[in-house]
Amino acid sequence: MAAPRTLFANPVRELGRALVFLLTAISRMRLTRLQIAETLRQVYFTGVRSLVIIVTCGFFVGLVLTLQTYDTLTRFGAGDAVSTVLALSLFRELGPVLTTILFAGRAGTSITAEIGLMRATEQLDALDLMAIDPMERIVQPRLLAGIIAVPALVLVFNVTAIFGGVVFAVFLMGVDPNTFWGNMQASVELGRDFMGGMIKAVAFGFLASWLAVYYGWTARPTSEGVALATTQTVIATAISVLLVDFILSAIML
Amino acid sequence: MNNNDSQSAAIRLEQVSFAWGDKPVLRDLDLSIPAGRVTAVMGPSGCGKTTVLRLITGQQIADRGRVLVGKIDVGQLKPRELNHLRRNIGVLLQNGALFTDLTCFDNVALPLREHTPLPEPIIRRLVLLKLQTVGLRGAADMYPRELSGGMNRRVAMARAMALDPDIMLYDEPFAGLDPISMGTSLRLIRDINRALGITSIVITHDVDEVVQFADYCCLISEGRVVAKGAPEDLAESEDETVRQFMQGLADGPVPFHFPARPLDQDLLDSGAR
Ligand SMILES: Nc1ncnc2c1ncn2[C@@H]1O[C@H](COP(=O)(O)OP(=O)(O)OP(=O)(O)O)[C@@H](O)[C@H]1O
Ligand SMILES: [Mg+2]
Repeated sequence: MAAPRTLFANPVRELGRALVFLLTAISRMRLTRLQIAETLRQVYFTGVRSLVIIVTCGFFVGLVLTLQTYDTLTRFGAGDAVSTVLALSLFRELGPVLTTILFAGRAGTSITAEIGLMRATEQLDALDLMAIDPMERIVQPRLLAGIIAVPALVLVFNVTAIFGGVVFAVFLMGVDPNTFWGNMQASVELGRDFMGGMIKAVAFGFLASWLAVYYGWTARPTSEGVALATTQTVIATAISVLLVDFILSAIML
Repeated sequence: MNNNDSQSAAIRLEQVSFAWGDKPVLRDLDLSIPAGRVTAVMGPSGCGKTTVLRLITGQQIADRGRVLVGKIDVGQLKPRELNHLRRNIGVLLQNGALFTDLTCFDNVALPLREHTPLPEPIIRRLVLLKLQTVGLRGAADMYPRELSGGMNRRVAMARAMALDPDIMLYDEPFAGLDPISMGTSLRLIRDINRALGITSIVITHDVDEVVQFADYCCLISEGRVVAKGAPEDLAESEDETVRQFMQGLADGPVPFHFPARPLDQDLLDSGAR
């Protein structure tokens, strides 16, 4: 009967469909009080769901990043610059990119599975029949929530990663804390480095939640279809985040 | 034909044809649902009963023909008008389709909160009353996953009635119910119909029970209405299709098997592989 579906049979058509879906969702946006309340509830859910993994990964990324750069830098006698490298690579690239990919794996997949299962169990039909637009009640809050949750998670990620860096450099390697913080402050520009990273975070958050709701919405209403859709969410988010990251970095530098 | 057809029909399907993809399901179907009555729609599995409901609610649009609810042609409605129509139609889907992340109470309250300006205390009373009529007030704070399939369906029935619609559509409301809840559901459908004068369509396979609640009955097979009338008349019909269905015989005009090639051929092939 139905041919087994490959992951992305036709990427161009897929992109077109995802765009049409997005435009439909945005064009029907009405910001009622219920809508805002539901969005905040989703921010809470997706944020809290991802918090543990973000904190854990952030810490270890900071730790290992400092380990590797400190080792390299000391060969050139520039061990003190470790905090500069750490902060810049976190704020500009690693924070937004890794957070979003982790977010996709944790919260994105559950959004996809949730919407896919709602379709499979006719809950979306039931909403339609009650004259409640599922696009408005289900899709839009989750779409908006990602735009808020991801930047917040990026901040958390960056803070814990820097903490990991401090643990390695200051506590283990004995770098002078004043030098560590002083160098970081002197080298990070609020506008270009920090805000640039946050702009990326907003863009990636939008991308991640868009793909999550899109694949959930279009999932075949079967267990197999939902399983495929969650996989697609993770892979599509990872690829497109890296692609968009390159474009944004090129523009910003 | 039937004389009260055009006069007091609440819902009319006129020469409706519909195909899922390229699989024709309904062929020039004519169906009139009398207003203020309970109509049972019966027919073999896969004959298109659920599809008929989806046409009435505008979830699907007929390929040809017209679907009229009152004087409204469902196929011509804009989304906003369709939503307006749907507020007046309560639908019980085949598997209940409760929202799994809401309690039973919140499930029933949802349409009220959405479409009425009623304050919360009044909504609370209305919801508890609806749950009381389906015998599940005690389960108000439970989640659908904590209830059995039959109980889910009864909560869904309460939700479908929440806005006191003019039309109720039930898709196999009795499937999987024990005799007691089946008896109560059956009386419930009949009683709210009598009390409120709403129009009800009940899809069912329970031939024996039909007589107890339906005023009118039609039998669909192969995309057409093959028989209609009072349930008592249908039970005594001489028509072969009707007899086959009402008495549950495998042999007759309605094929029990999905179209396939001869069995021995299939078996021989699988032996050779
Ligand atoms: N979403 C769909 N996509 C494609 N085909 C469908 C779909 N829904 C139903 N069909 C087809 O339409 C035909 C009629 O389906 P329908 O659900 O209306 O039958 P039914 O009379 O309600 O059966 P049952 O008593 O088993 O519920 C079936 O043969 C089915 O193959
Ligand atoms: Mg059906």
